[in-house]
Amino acid sequence: MSAKLTLDGREVLFEEGETIYEIARRSKKDVPTLCYDDRLDPLGACRLCVVELEGARNPVASCTTMATDGMVVRTSTEAIEKHRKTLTELVVSENPRGVEIDPLRGMASQELALLAVRYEADGSRFEGATSGRSRKDDPNPMILRDYDQCISCYRCVRVCAEQEGDYAISVENRGFQTRITTEFAGFLEDSACTFCGQCVQTCPTGALGDLRALQNADVPGEIEKTRSICPYCGVGCSVDILSKDDKLVGVQPAMDGPANEGALCVKGQFAWEWVQHDDRLKTPLVRKDGELVPASWDEAFERAAEGFRGVEAKHGRHAIYAVASGRAPHESAYSVQKFVRAGFGTNYIDNCSRA
Amino acid sequence: MSNPLADMEKPDVIFCIGTNMTETHPVAATRLKKAMRHGAKLIVADPRRIPLAEKADIYLPLRVGSDVALLGAMAHVIEREGLVDPSFLEERTEGFDKLREHLATFTPEWAESITGVPAADIEQAAIWYGKAERGAIYYTLGITEHICGVDNVQSLCNLVLMTGNIGREGTGINPMRGQNNIQGAGDAGALPNNYPGFQPVTDPAIQKKFAKAWGREVDLEKGITKVRALEECGESIHAMLICGENTLVSDPNRAHCQHALESLEHLVVIDMFVTETAALADVVFPAAAWGEVDGVFTNTERRPQRVRAAVKPQGEAKPDWWIVSGIAKRLGFSGFDWESPKEVFNELCELSETYHGLDWDLVSEGRHHWPVPEKGHPGTPILHIGEFPRGRGLFMTPSYRDPAETIDDEYPTWLTTGRRLAHYHTRTMTGRSVGSEYLVPEELVEVHPDDVVRLGLEDGGLAVMSSRRGEVVVKVEATEQSPRGTVFCSFSFSDVPINALTGSGYDPITDTAELKVCPVRLEAATTQLA
Ligand code: SF4
Ligand code: SF4
Ligand code: FES
Repeated sequence: MSAKLTLDGREVLFEEGETIYEIARRSKKDVPTLCYDDRLDPLGACRLCVVELEGARNPVASCTTMATDGMVVRTSTEAIEKHRKTLTELVVSENPRGVEIDPLRGMASQELALLAVRYEADGSRFEGATSGRSRKDDPNPMILRDYDQCISCYRCVRVCAEQEGDYAISVENRGFQTRITTEFAGFLEDSACTFCGQCVQTCPTGALGDLRALQNADVPGEIEKTRSICPYCGVGCSVDILSKDDKLVGVQPAMDGPANEGALCVKGQFAWEWVQHDDRLKTPLVRKDGELVPASWDEAFERAAEGFRGVEAKHGRHAIYAVASGRAPHESAYSVQKFVRAGFGTNYIDNCSRA
Repeated sequence: MSNPLADMEKPDVIFCIGTNMTETHPVAATRLKKAMRHGAKLIVADPRRIPLAEKADIYLPLRVGSDVALLGAMAHVIEREGLVDPSFLEERTEGFDKLREHLATFTPEWAESITGVPAADIEQAAIWYGKAERGAIYYTLGITEHICGVDNVQSLCNLVLMTGNIGREGTGINPMRGQNNIQGAGDAGALPNNYPGFQPVTDPAIQKKFAKAWGREVDLEKGITKVRALEECGESIHAMLICGENTLVSDPNRAHCQHALESLEHLVVIDMFVTETAALADVVFPAAAWGEVDGVFTNTERRPQRVRAAVKPQGEAKPDWWIVSGIAKRLGFSGFDWESPKEVFNELCELSETYHGLDWDLVSEGRHHWPVPEKGHPGTPILHIGEFPRGRGLFMTPSYRDPAETIDDEYPTWLTTGRRLAHYHTRTMTGRSVGSEYLVPEELVEVHPDDVVRLGLEDGGLAVMSSRRGEVVVKVEATEQSPRGTVFCSFSFSDVPINALTGSGYDPITDTAELKVCPVRLEAATTQLA
C-alpha cells in the first residue's frame, strides 16, 4: 500500500516501512548523516539527520523515524541547520585538530571532514577532551586503530555484528570514556576479527584506516577508481581498484556489487600488493645453455613456435597439450582452447579445476 | 550453483557439506549468517570442527571420505519417515524405486559404524532437511576431491530430488567454485570433452559447427584430462603450454609432477611470476596481471562480470590472449587476428549457446546469469525450474567405497588438505602481500591436542609427516579443530610441499585427485632435521 507525505512542500509517495531519511534521500534532499550506513539497522545516535515534523515539538531523527501517511516534513530550516552546525562543531571539537585524514584511510573516511566544511565547524567553540583511546600499538599491518578520531557512531561495531556476523569488536563504557575494543581489550589478531576491513570502510572519520593503502599516501597524483572484480575466490565480489597514475594504491568494496553488496574478505581487501611486486616477470625468458635468460618477444615467439612445430613433426599433433588458467579472464582460456582446437585440431586441453 | 548467491539469505534449512565456507568463500558465508539470523537452521557435515561447525544447529563430524554413507543414510531416513515429495517424484523424476531398494541397507546405525557420526544426529539432520520448505545444499571441494567425488555429488542429488528442493527460490544444489574464473574457464571451452558453452565435442552437429567456424577439420574424440596428460608426459605427450597455473605446487604427487614436466621436449609457460613451474620451462612469457587487463570473469552463480585495467602492465607484460595469438600466428594458424579482448569475448559469445545472448557491452554491469540463449533474454538466475536438461531427474544408486588408501599400522593418521582464509592456492599472490603473510606466515599441521601427546609431538615443534609418496617437515599446531586421528594442512607453502604426500587416487570419471584423504605418519622431528 502506498501512502503520501509532504516533503519540503511537495507531495511524495512512499511504501510502508520506509523511513523519512530513505524518502528524503531518494527525493535528492541533502540530509547529512554520520551514524548511518545503508546496510545497517539505523541507530539514531548522531542526530545530524534531524528534520522538522509538523505537530512534533522537537525535530526528529529522520533515519529512525518511519514515515506515516499525511506527515509534513521539512528537511532544511534555519533552526535545523543551526542545530546541525552546533552538533557538527561538538563532534569536531572532540577530535584532535590539524590531523589530515587521507582519503586512502577508507571509503567513508571523509564524511566528518566534509560536514565540518559544510557547517564551517572548526570546533573551537567547544574545548573537549578526546573521547577514544588509540591502539597504535596494535601490530597488525592492515587496520589502523586511531581512536582519537572516534566519534562513537558504532558503525564499525554494527557492521561487524550485523554484516559480518563476527562480533569481534564492541563498545566499552559510555560518554567520554567510550571506546571501541575487542574482547580482553587486546589486539585484533587475538580477537574474532577476520580482517575483512568492513569496519574500516564504514568509519566516517578515518579513526579506522586501511594501512596497506596508506603506504601510498605520499604517492603524488589524484586517486582514480576503476570498477573491477576481485581476483580470488568464485564469489566474484565487485571492487573499486584505487590508483594514482600507474601506481595501484588500494582496493575498496563496491556497495552496488551484485555478488557482494559491499562486503569483502581479507584477501580481496588487503592482498593486492603482489600486482606491482618487484618479483613480477617483466620480459619474455628463453632457456639458453640450461639457463632462463631475458629475450625479445620476437625471439621468444620464435622459440615457442619452433618447439611446438618440432614436436608435432616428430610425434604428431596429439603429443601437444595445453592447460588454461582458472584465474585469468575468459579471453585467456578461450584463446588457449582455440590454439589447441583450431590450431592443432585436437581436444587436448584442460583447465586447472581438477586439482 | 543452481541458485544465485542472493538466495543464500532465503532457505529455512541450510546443509553445508565439505565446505569450510567462512574461510574459502567468506563473503558468501556472511549471507548464510544472515539467513540464520532470520531463523534458518544450519546442518554442517565436515571432518574438521571448522568455524561454520561452531555455528551449526547440528554438526556431523564424519570421517574423511565417508560422505556416501552419511548421505545414503539421510536419504534412507527421509524415505522411512515419509518425507519424500510425492508430486515432485511423480512429475519430475525417474528411478526412485531402484533407489528405495538400494537404500534399504543404508540405516543410520550402519552409517554410524562407517562415518563415526551418531545415528541419532544423522536422523535429526535428515528429518530437518526432509521437512524443509526451502532446503539448500552448499558444497565445495570437500565433496569432489575424492575417488568417489561423482558418487558424492550423486548422493546429494538424490536428497534434492527426493524432497523437491530445486528449481525454487532459496533451494538448490550449490557447488561453490574455488577460483575466481574457474567457472569461466569451463564456459570458454578449456575442457577436453566440451567446446565453449559445454557443447560436447562428440556431437556431430557441434563438430560441424566448429569445423565451419574455424575452417578446419576437428577431432571427433574427446581429449584427455590434465591428470592423464601429466601421466603421459615423455610417453605420448611431448610439449605443453601451461597458462597461469603453478602445476608443480598445486597438483598432487609433486615428485611425479616434476618428473613429468622435466620429461617434456618443450614446455611453454605464461605467468606473472617465475613460479616453480615456470622455472622448468623452455620459454616463459610475462603475463599482465589482474588490475592490468580488461576481460570477463564468471562467478560461481554463473554471472559474467567485467574486470578492468586500472594501471599499465609491469614491464613488457601482455594479456594472455595476446601472447597466445602471437604464438599461434608464428605457427601459421588463422583466426588469431584479435585486436582487443572485446573481439575475443564476442567470438566466444557467438559460438556458445549459454552466452549467445551476451556480448562485451551487455556484461559490463554483470546483470545476467547464464544461460542467456538469445539477445534480450533476461538470464537464468535459478536453474531447473520445471525441467532438468535431460527432462526428468534420474536417481542414481552410488555405493560406499573406502578411499584409495586407508590408514594402517604404518600410516595410521588421516591427512586432509584445504585452504586457509588469508592465503590462496600456492601463494604466488598472497605470499607477496603483507597482510596475509602477517596472519599466516608459515605452514602448520593442525593436530588434536590429545594426538599431540599420543604421538609424542610438541605444540609449536617440528614433525616429520610422511605418506607412501614422500615426506615433509612441518610445524605442529595443537587445535581442537582437528578431530582425533585426523590432521589438516593447506597446500599454500612451497617450502612445506604437502602435495609431495597426496595423490593416492583419482575419481574414475572426472580424474579429480583425492586431495582430501591421505594416510600419513607423524613423528617428532629429530634435532638435526630441525
Ligand atoms: S571507530 Fe569510526 S566507525 Fe567506529 S565508532 Fe568510532 S567513528 Fe564510528
Ligand atoms: S575487520 Fe571485519 S571482522 Fe575485523 S573488526 Fe572489522 S568488521 Fe569485524
Ligand atoms: S544519521 Fe540519523 S541519527 Fe545519525
